This record gives sequence, C-alpha cells and structure tokens, in this order.
Amino acid sequence: MTQASKSEQQKYERLLKKHRPSPPVLRNAVAAFVTGGAIAAVGQLVMNFFRARGLVPTEAVHLTSAVMIFLGSALTAIGVYDLVGRWGGMGAALPITGFANAVVSPAMEFKREGFVLGLGAKMFAVAGPVIVFGVVTSFVASLLRLLLWGVR
Amino acid sequence: MAGTARKRIGRSTLSFANRPVIVATASVAGPDEGRGPLGAEFDEVKKDRLLGLGSWEKAESQFLTEAITMAMGKAKVDQSQVDVLAAGDLLNQIISADYSARGLSIPFLGLYGACSTMAEALIVAAMAVDGGYADYALAATSSHFDTAERQFRYPVEHGTQRPPTTQWTATGAGAALVGSSGNGPVITAATIGMVIDYNQKNINDMGGAMAPAAADTIARHLEGTGRRPEDYDLIVTGDLAAVGRPLAADLLREKGYELGDRFDDCGLILYDRRKQDVHAGGSGCACSALVYTGYIHKLLQRGQYRRVLLVGTGALFSPTSSQQGESIPGIAHAVEIEAAGSATRDEDAAPRDTGGDER
Repeated sequence: MTQASKSEQQKYERLLKKHRPSPPVLRNAVAAFVTGGAIAAVGQLVMNFFRARGLVPTEAVHLTSAVMIFLGSALTAIGVYDLVGRWGGMGAALPITGFANAVVSPAMEFKREGFVLGLGAKMFAVAGPVIVFGVVTSFVASLLRLLLWGVR
Repeated sequence: MAGTARKRIGRSTLSFANRPVIVATASVAGPDEGRGPLGAEFDEVKKDRLLGLGSWEKAESQFLTEAITMAMGKAKVDQSQVDVLAAGDLLNQIISADYSARGLSIPFLGLYGACSTMAEALIVAAMAVDGGYADYALAATSSHFDTAERQFRYPVEHGTQRPPTTQWTATGAGAALVGSSGNGPVITAATIGMVIDYNQKNINDMGGAMAPAAADTIARHLEGTGRRPEDYDLIVTGDLAAVGRPLAADLLREKGYELGDRFDDCGLILYDRRKQDVHAGGSGCACSALVYTGYIHKLLQRGQYRRVLLVGTGALFSPTSSQQGESIPGIAHAVEIEAAGSATRDEDAAPRDTGGDER
C-alpha cells in the first residue's frame, strides 16, 4: 500500500479544503428549527387535547408520547418521514418521532432477512446506542443523587 | 525495464498488441439513471429498483444478468463460447455477481474493486484475450442504491441529512464482451492501479479519498505509454464527482499534466445535478459501467472519439474498517480504448504476438 507521508497528507488537506463544499449551515439551522418546532407544536396540540379531556399531566404526557411515536412510525412506514428528515435534519431526528423513525426504518429494511434475525435483531441497529447510554446515564445520575442527597 | 514481461511498458502499464476488441456492450439502468442526461442512451431503463423480486439484492443480480445476457445477444455469441466472466459488485462476498454467475455457464472470476470494478474487469478481460487465454471474455459489474445503502449506510427510510460531499450510488449494470477478433473499439493499453492512502477518514467524501489514486494511475499510464493528455479525446474517471475531479486535476497539474476540458467524470455525467438530488454526483460500480457501455462506447463506435482513457476509481474500505478509525484507501485502474479502424499504435507497435506459445 502506498501511504502518503505526513507532509504530503497535510498538503493534500489544504488542497481538499479548497474544493470541499461546506454544508449550508444557516439553511440547515433554519430548516431544523422549523421542522423541530412544527413537530413540537403538534405534540403540544396533542397534549392540550388530552388535558382538555381531564387527564392529569403525567397521564397526558405518556399518551402524548405514544401518539407522537405512532405518528413517527406511521410516517416512516408510508415513506414520508425520510423526506422530512432530508429537509429538516436534526429537527426531524431529535424529537421522539425521530426515535420512532430510527427503530421502524431498520425494522422495515431488514424484514427481508426474516422476522427473527432480520427485523428482530436489526431493529435497534440505529437506536440501540440511545437506549443503552440513556439507561446507563440515568442509572449513574440516580446513583449520584442517592450518594449525594440520600434516600428521599 | 527489468524482467522479461514484454507486454509491460511501465510499472504496471500493459500494452495489448493483439488488440482485443470490445465487440458488444449492454447497459441496464434504474429509473433515476433513466431520468438523467443519458436516459435515452441506455439499452434498457427499468421502472423501479425492485423489479418485482423478493429483495434489493435479488434485483441487483437481475440487473447484472440482463446486461450480461444482452451483451452476448448483441454479439450473437452463446455463453458456451465465452471463456471467462470477470465481474464484481459492492456487496459483501460480491453476491450480485456470484448469483448472476450461478445462472450462467461461464467460468467466473469474481472481482472486488469497489467502484473501479468495471475498469478492473475490462483489464482482466483484455489480458485474457490478448494473452491468448480467451477468445471471448465478459467484463461486467452492477451496483444498486438500496443494497449499497443498507450495507454501508442507513436504512433507506431513515430520515438523515446527507452532507453536500456525499454521492448517490447508481442502480444498474453494464457488461462488455471482449473478443480476439471482430468489429469495434479496441482496448490497446491499461494500467493497473496501486492502493493510495492520504489518510482520508470522511466516509461522506469518497471523491476526496480517491482523487490521489486517480492522479497516480493517470500519471503512470501517461508515463508508461509515452502519451500526453492531448492524445486523448476524453480522460474520464469513474466517480470522483464534484469534489474529487477538481482535486485530481490539481494533483495532475502538480505532476506536470494539464488535462483541461478533456477531463470528465462519470459521476458528473450520469446525473443532472441541478434537477436530481445526488449531491456531489453519482458513484457505485454501475456509474462508470453505465456511462461507458451506454454512452462513451457508442462515441468510439461512431468514430466521434478516437481515443479514450477510462479510469475507474474505487474506495477500498468497509463499514468495519471505518468504525475502527481506519482511513479510506483509494485505487484507480486505467483502460485505454481506441475507435475501430484508428491508426495502429505507433510508439509501441509489435508484431501480432502469441506470447511465444501456440494459441
């Protein structure tokens, strides 16, 4: 293998920077803001709907999450959510709808390899790290709280 | 030059004195490729990427089988007359090529050159025919947007945003039947690439990773053949696209070669970047395969181009190597093709050569 020397690499990096287009940060930021905001607004409407029906806040939050997960999954299943994500970037990926998309899309993709080894196993290929490190961080945070402030 | 390999005229530049002929080509393209500038040139454009089959992988294999069968059909050559099939694709264990070959009774040499596979296959086919090891050799390759995405990147329905340096994997297949005699453009020389690594780790910028390999191979091919850029009507890389092409032009300029307007890239030719959302341009084995078999080959057949240098470019990495923090090495293979009936090669003309043995 022909590996370039450090100086050749650095020279090449400078050349690359000349030709590499930078992502349109402002446009992406605005699109993310609009998309994320729109999804959050929908979530708020759903929440208001449940509260108006007399549900206490904790119940309403859970049901709202369920509805938003359903919406994200449904839009993924009909092939719409990836278009939203392409346009809105992080605005579509960050909300809970994005998490639903991250689980449903590999489930759809890998169904061809069977329900068990395909869909079942690969379903968490994208969202797995979120679950793992979310749970681990919660545990560590709770443990710290326990150690610092004792049992309440 | 040390050694006794008489057909080697450079470090890895080969001269095909027996002038293997590309007797027929076939191109089967996907719908996005059909909507591009070359849509009307392909032998067939499919309406969708699944072809009514059970998986994307099966569909890709179908694209490849159809291209291979069509090329043989055009030349009126039966598969029993074809001595070797040199083919590959992007998938693990090159399953598209494997399962295509399964449906054929042609001895099979599976190849992996990433997106440079078409050029690599043409070199293998040319060597087989020129060396007297084959009367007919098939060079073919395929790629498929969905099979590539699910292997290298994200599930297709996942809502990610791709940076502007990313490229779009072409869906389709191209095949070229190379023969020891017949009418058609001739493969006169080739240069086998060396793996070149400039420590590029950005998997979203393949062009940047492959440009040094393209520059290295093109320079070595020009040195080996003793030609200048002006001797070619077109020097076209496989898929350096919008970022890699100007980079390669700059690198070649530093080596003393000004390519000018005759330097183009299949990734930029295959799609209309203003209307199709392909970001930096096309990529995949089918990119150079479709553009060559569907378009450039015809220009050579009609005599509109006299001499072309096809430089397939490939990024030799995997999701595993990338996740382990490895850089992306590139490779480029150059194939020099002349129009039928062009002047015989002047600089290194040799008498019809059997390599010393009986054919």
